[in-house]
Amino acid sequence: MPDKKPISSVNDFVVRFANVNGSGSASANEMFARAILRHGVPVSPRNIFPSNIQGLPTWYEVRVTEDGHLGARGGVDLMVAMNPQTWDKDVAGIEPGGYLFYDSTKPMPSTKFRDDITVIGVPLTAITNSTYTDPRQRQLFKNIIYLGSLSALLDMDPKLIEQLIGEQYKGKEKLLSSNVHALHLGRDWALQNLKCPIGLRVKKSDKVGDRIFIEGNSAAALGAVYGGATVCAWYPITPSSSVAEAFTAHCKKYRHDPETGKAKYAIVQGEDELASIGIVIGASWNGARAFTATSGPGISLMTEFIGLSYFAEIPAVIMNIQRAGPSTGMPTRTQQCDIIACAYASHGDTKHVLLFPEDPAEAFEFAAAAFDLAERLQTTIFLMLDLDIGMNHRLCRPLKWDDARQYDRGKVMTEEMLEEGRDFGRYLDVDGDGIPYRTYPGTHPTKGSYFTRGTSRDRYARYSEEGPVYADNMQRLVRKFETAQDLVPRPLQANAERPTKYGVIYFGSTSPAMDEAIGLLEARGHQLDRLRIRAFPFHSSVASFLAEHDFVYVVEQNRDSQLRQLIVNENGIDPVRLVPIVHYDGTPITARFIAKAIGDHQDHLKVTPLRKAVS
Amino acid sequence: MTYIAKPKFHHPGLKKNELGYTHRDYEGKISTLCAGCGHDSITASIIEACYELSIEPHRVAKISGIGCSSKTPDYFLGNSHGFNSVHGRMPSVLTGANLANRDLIYLGVSGDGDSASIGFGQFAHSIRRGVNMTYIVENNGVYGLTKGQFSATADRGSKSKKGVTNTDNAIDLVAIALQLGATFVARSFSGDKAQLVPLIAAAIRHKGASFIDVISPCIAFNNHAGSTKSFDYVREHNDAVNRLDVLVGRDPIAVDYAPGTVQMVEQHDGSKIALRKIDADYDPHDRLGAQTFLARHAAKGQIVTGLLYVDPDAEDLHEHLNTVETPLNTLEADDLCPGSAVLDKINASLR
Ligand SMILES: Cc1ncc(C[n+]2csc(CCOP(=O)(O)OP(=O)(O)O)c2C)c(N)n1
Ligand code: SF4
Repeated sequence: MPDKKPISSVNDFVVRFANVNGSGSASANEMFARAILRHGVPVSPRNIFPSNIQGLPTWYEVRVTEDGHLGARGGVDLMVAMNPQTWDKDVAGIEPGGYLFYDSTKPMPSTKFRDDITVIGVPLTAITNSTYTDPRQRQLFKNIIYLGSLSALLDMDPKLIEQLIGEQYKGKEKLLSSNVHALHLGRDWALQNLKCPIGLRVKKSDKVGDRIFIEGNSAAALGAVYGGATVCAWYPITPSSSVAEAFTAHCKKYRHDPETGKAKYAIVQGEDELASIGIVIGASWNGARAFTATSGPGISLMTEFIGLSYFAEIPAVIMNIQRAGPSTGMPTRTQQCDIIACAYASHGDTKHVLLFPEDPAEAFEFAAAAFDLAERLQTTIFLMLDLDIGMNHRLCRPLKWDDARQYDRGKVMTEEMLEEGRDFGRYLDVDGDGIPYRTYPGTHPTKGSYFTRGTSRDRYARYSEEGPVYADNMQRLVRKFETAQDLVPRPLQANAERPTKYGVIYFGSTSPAMDEAIGLLEARGHQLDRLRIRAFPFHSSVASFLAEHDFVYVVEQNRDSQLRQLIVNENGIDPVRLVPIVHYDGTPITARFIAKAIGDHQDHLKVTPLRKAVS
Repeated sequence: MTYIAKPKFHHPGLKKNELGYTHRDYEGKISTLCAGCGHDSITASIIEACYELSIEPHRVAKISGIGCSSKTPDYFLGNSHGFNSVHGRMPSVLTGANLANRDLIYLGVSGDGDSASIGFGQFAHSIRRGVNMTYIVENNGVYGLTKGQFSATADRGSKSKKGVTNTDNAIDLVAIALQLGATFVARSFSGDKAQLVPLIAAAIRHKGASFIDVISPCIAFNNHAGSTKSFDYVREHNDAVNRLDVLVGRDPIAVDYAPGTVQMVEQHDGSKIALRKIDADYDPHDRLGAQTFLARHAAKGQIVTGLLYVDPDAEDLHEHLNTVETPLNTLEADDLCPGSAVLDKINASLR
């Protein structure tokens, strides 16, 4: 017996799988997460993978969470240690009272264990070797065998896993039956030789509801399909490649002319990011909805073109799946670190629209909306995801589409409008909203053509470097950006139960951890109003929120508190009132981290709202 | 540079083409390039070619990078949309534009600095993708707009205006275009309108990536002794493999040419190129032959001009991607959006 009481918990624990890259463990691990979902219990899984291809360590973590907390929790209750290379670190990471599951085929010296955890050995290699002769089969089925053992240890319903295997290998009977066989090999061995179940258990529940389980990148790609993107140009980069790959897959399914079989889309893998954004700009200039997906280094390369998009007013959609920078940084780790780089991308005075979805459902909605916004505002729209949402499955509300919705193609002057004699000045602010009309190439034989350029020009698109003409144009661009404030998704505010002078601002993938942290902070006696920012430019309610609170914490996943900088810069407020709460080690921010950082600061301020309320 | 629009006045007696357009309809603004710049002659040839082809001016999209050469789209086809993009990146912008609407004619204009240096990659990739375009490089061997630095097409051993000798090897864009699979490859000289006009016309008619390298002397910085891109040098070293005529919508008049030296090339759209061969052995359908021919003459210091290679049955990027005939920029939600019922099914598959 370990010298610490084993953790006992139903539907609320963290399992981490430590594997070797290339061992085929990914699908078994994902099946584990899905199986728990099928029990009606929410899960929040995360891939933790260093930037390497084969042979090096990877981890997959599953947070089992009856309460539906989808942020990372931190700590590990059950470690499935399948990688000898990382053994020491893996064992050290287990919470006191936690469990260690390992392949006991080769005996381990007792020094390799800990006294305060429960060690569970299953001779996985021995079982596989006695059943399979083919080396590849041995490797793959070992994963299913440990899945079987875990199902017994955690009291899971094997039928639900069988069902999943059935769905995965539909029509491939041989694979189906051999996987089910391997599952039961592991399960039966555990039932016969170990004390099952352990303190951690999965019990059927009804907390999943109609929610779906999808990766942010896939949802964003689907948003591009629904949003009417017809041109996609991209260059591979982690963690954004799967956006383009998913877009390709979705298009293949849904975007072919039924009669001719021809594609209603064009996807080009560019030679680099310069070409990708160039293609997007060329296509958008010519009236198609186009996008690219990239990550930090790609954004750096695109900036010259982003400036052109801003100044020449050409729509573009860029999905930026952020990873830890600068430079190559930690390419497979998550951060929200390109806020400033994107908000002010390029040389000269520029400002760009950023959208911050919190989960795949919003990634879908915002991606579709990005095309309307790009055409309405005739500028670059950034969809700011990050690796944590982009490459991990998240539980979220089902995706929704209103069939009556038509695309907002913005202010496009047609042949008829030109024929009617409408005055066309490409950079003429006819409506006072800073947004001019454009024409597509080829519209009219004698009217409406103009020259697009990055050089200064007057309201009728005639080249001019006259100071007042240039300033007039730059001022109109400011007006246009102000117009954008009311077109982009508004911030969402949630107030504390009691009136409070303290607030917290957060955005994007930090959301679930923040939601959970609020509960932890309340338990510590701290009340905070919350504002989730969903876009830049900031809506006026951001300034109001700041005005209404003495201190506002800004929680984000980068070193320099970039969103805070942007808020200070754009609202001209006293930076002292905005307290940075930053987390930037490349792992997703946790509720524990936020609650501690804010709680400590509040304690330091001697904030005692609860005691006051009681007395 | 100032903005000067040409007066709208048309002489009533101006000749009209099949569509009723006059020359003036193919003109643009008044050029602000140096008087005598080779680029202006290319502008004139483009105007001439479009007039002769009876193209609807507004159905052309003219796209360029940055440089003196890249300014020229402002000086022709004033009724078509132009796009002066960023330095070296015309090809990607053109590719995107072409993907959005396959029904327009795409003219890409670039300089040798634009295409052989900063944009070398984009040049190469647009060619290898087979984008349906006419890609013209106005090649003067220097950076004109930034005042006379060597470009990557400057020959080794040639001298700058200040007397500096170029020690780097030159990039021959024609050789590269051939190697990359361009389906229409030509070289010409801005001072040889008789050769250049039909070449541009044939390139526009060609379906696929057409590339024309036009040697275009820079009066200001590269027209001195010691330059290999000066008017005098090119005239002395020019060796044309053929002269051609483009015949659209009428029967070829083969009798115009001496029998045995005329070769007719019929393109995808039915237009015909009549090649009057100067070099009797030259076969413009032989990519490998063209490559060696070019290399052999380059070694002798000769500049080979004419239509060097053509594949009349070329396919373009849209065919490679199997896209619908309807321009993508005209598709709306009804054509593109799979709808809520499909989304419900997708949702169901994600549980
Ligand atoms: C990113 C970038 N780098 C440098 C420049 C400066 N620049 C403008 S035109 C040019 C060279 C033009 O040379 P070429 O393409 O040969 O055209 P030419 O002027 O000779 O016709 C350069 C370097 C620029 N505009 N953008
Ligand atoms: S500098 Fe040279 S390339 Fe530029 S306009 Fe003058 S002559 Fe032409």
